[in-house]
Amino acid sequence: MRAMNISAFDVIGPAMVGPSSSHTAGAVRLGLLAHHIARGIAPFARVRIELHGSFAATGKGHATDRGLVAGILGLLPDDERLKNSLQLARNRGIGIEFREVDLGTDAHPNSVRITFFFADGETLVIQGASIGGGNVQLCRIDGFETNLTGTLDSLVCWHMDRPGFLAHVTGLLACVEANIATILTARKMRGNDAFTIIKTDSPIPDDCLSVLLRIPFVRQSVRIPKIS
Amino acid sequence: MNDSLVYDYETTAEMLAICERESISISELTQRREAIFSGISREENFEKMRGHFRTMRQSVRRGLEIVSSSPSGLSGGDAKKILEYANSGNALLGVDLTRLVAYGYAVLETNAQFGKIVATPTAGSAGIVPACLTLLEETRGIDENTLTNALFTASGIGMVIADKAFIAGAQGGCQAEVGSASCIAAAAIVEALGGTPRQACAAATFALINTLGLVCDPIGGFVEVPCVSRNGMFAVHSYLAAGLALAGICPRVTLDDAIFAMRDIGRRMPAELRETSKGGLAISPSACARCRGTSAS
Repeated sequence: MRAMNISAFDVIGPAMVGPSSSHTAGAVRLGLLAHHIARGIAPFARVRIELHGSFAATGKGHATDRGLVAGILGLLPDDERLKNSLQLARNRGIGIEFREVDLGTDAHPNSVRITFFFADGETLVIQGASIGGGNVQLCRIDGFETNLTGTLDSLVCWHMDRPGFLAHVTGLLACVEANIATILTARKMRGNDAFTIIKTDSPIPDDCLSVLLRIPFVRQSVRIPKIS
Repeated sequence: MNDSLVYDYETTAEMLAICERESISISELTQRREAIFSGISREENFEKMRGHFRTMRQSVRRGLEIVSSSPSGLSGGDAKKILEYANSGNALLGVDLTRLVAYGYAVLETNAQFGKIVATPTAGSAGIVPACLTLLEETRGIDENTLTNALFTASGIGMVIADKAFIAGAQGGCQAEVGSASCIAAAAIVEALGGTPRQACAAATFALINTLGLVCDPIGGFVEVPCVSRNGMFAVHSYLAAGLALAGICPRVTLDDAIFAMRDIGRRMPAELRETSKGGLAISPSACARCRGTSAS
């Protein structure tokens, strides 16, 4: 067991466009993780962004709004187009709506809830927090507790809670020699909807993902690349 | 001992013990640990850090040329003015320390105008480490490799702060941001000048114990007042702390205790003073007047 789970570059870095690491660069990273998940599901044309705590109180001066939108559009934290991200979203035909929200006392002060609306009427709800120095954590996806930080390549799966799911997936990853760092599985009710996040030390290849989607009780699976 | 655990530590006392056992600097320890932690080669990590140093230097230079106001109107043009004063031959603090203040200002002015900076450890405290290292480069002729190494010194200690306490103003107030930055900059200066790991920790301690209690109450929610001047002034604080350590002065408390004190104070700090702009300077009448119509909160 390693004593500290932290990198030297979590302290010195990231290179970023300001003004705030937690409120701007962290916001870009939160948006970017959400972007990768949403884009892996379907194209989206409408997004609701709900700001909590300090994100709501001082977000505007810190360009939290522009940072989140930049990330949702797929921009990186050091992209100087961040300044004009709201216009960029309009140019791309993506409707963005901002609200304030109280996510409760358990939520980190720098929290956001992002809802993606897809053409087929489905939604994706992601809650995350910017925990300092530009580092982030997605703590909830569609109501499931998560721990996605973007520091490793990850695989996100929506599936049925059936015996053998993990055996299938880990077997598949073993075939492509993707070393698994951590696995987190959550379910709402026994035998019902479940959700798994697998973090790996190397990217998961394309063909691996398409095989994974053919496992009968896997409903959706998305790859999230590591964010530098 | 398992190879990957040789360089593992979670307190600065353990960090110092490894440095002294292996006769290596904090920077060296951090680089060995990072290679194991990240699985990325030492050379690649070093080049990434060198890239960060160059971005920092660029952010200083860019800020010194700013003449226009930031979008909020709360900053802009001061770094250039301070540099001119430094070069006037009549600066109260002398030319070098006055330039140091200008450099700290410069990074934060760049930041306020959506320019690229490196979070060290955060954007709101991004001026201190670059100001100190850039000045060392100019006044002491210290080369880029040594300064890149010094950034690993800074992160070696900063990791313990981030792990044991916090580096976000929303969690621990400004002491977590400018306090941490000033602390790790002081250690970086000491190692860049050839000081021992123990002296680096003493410098870090002096810097941190004298920033305890700083609150985060930015006017209008913008990272400008007091953040810009604070980065300029606390760069000098880092120099002072490094100077005390190099003079052989002992801070009388350990760096770990200073970090725990910072955490304790941060936890007791009311939310109004932790980056919400609901107390302190943020609600002072002159601040509110300045921000009318442009307030972020």
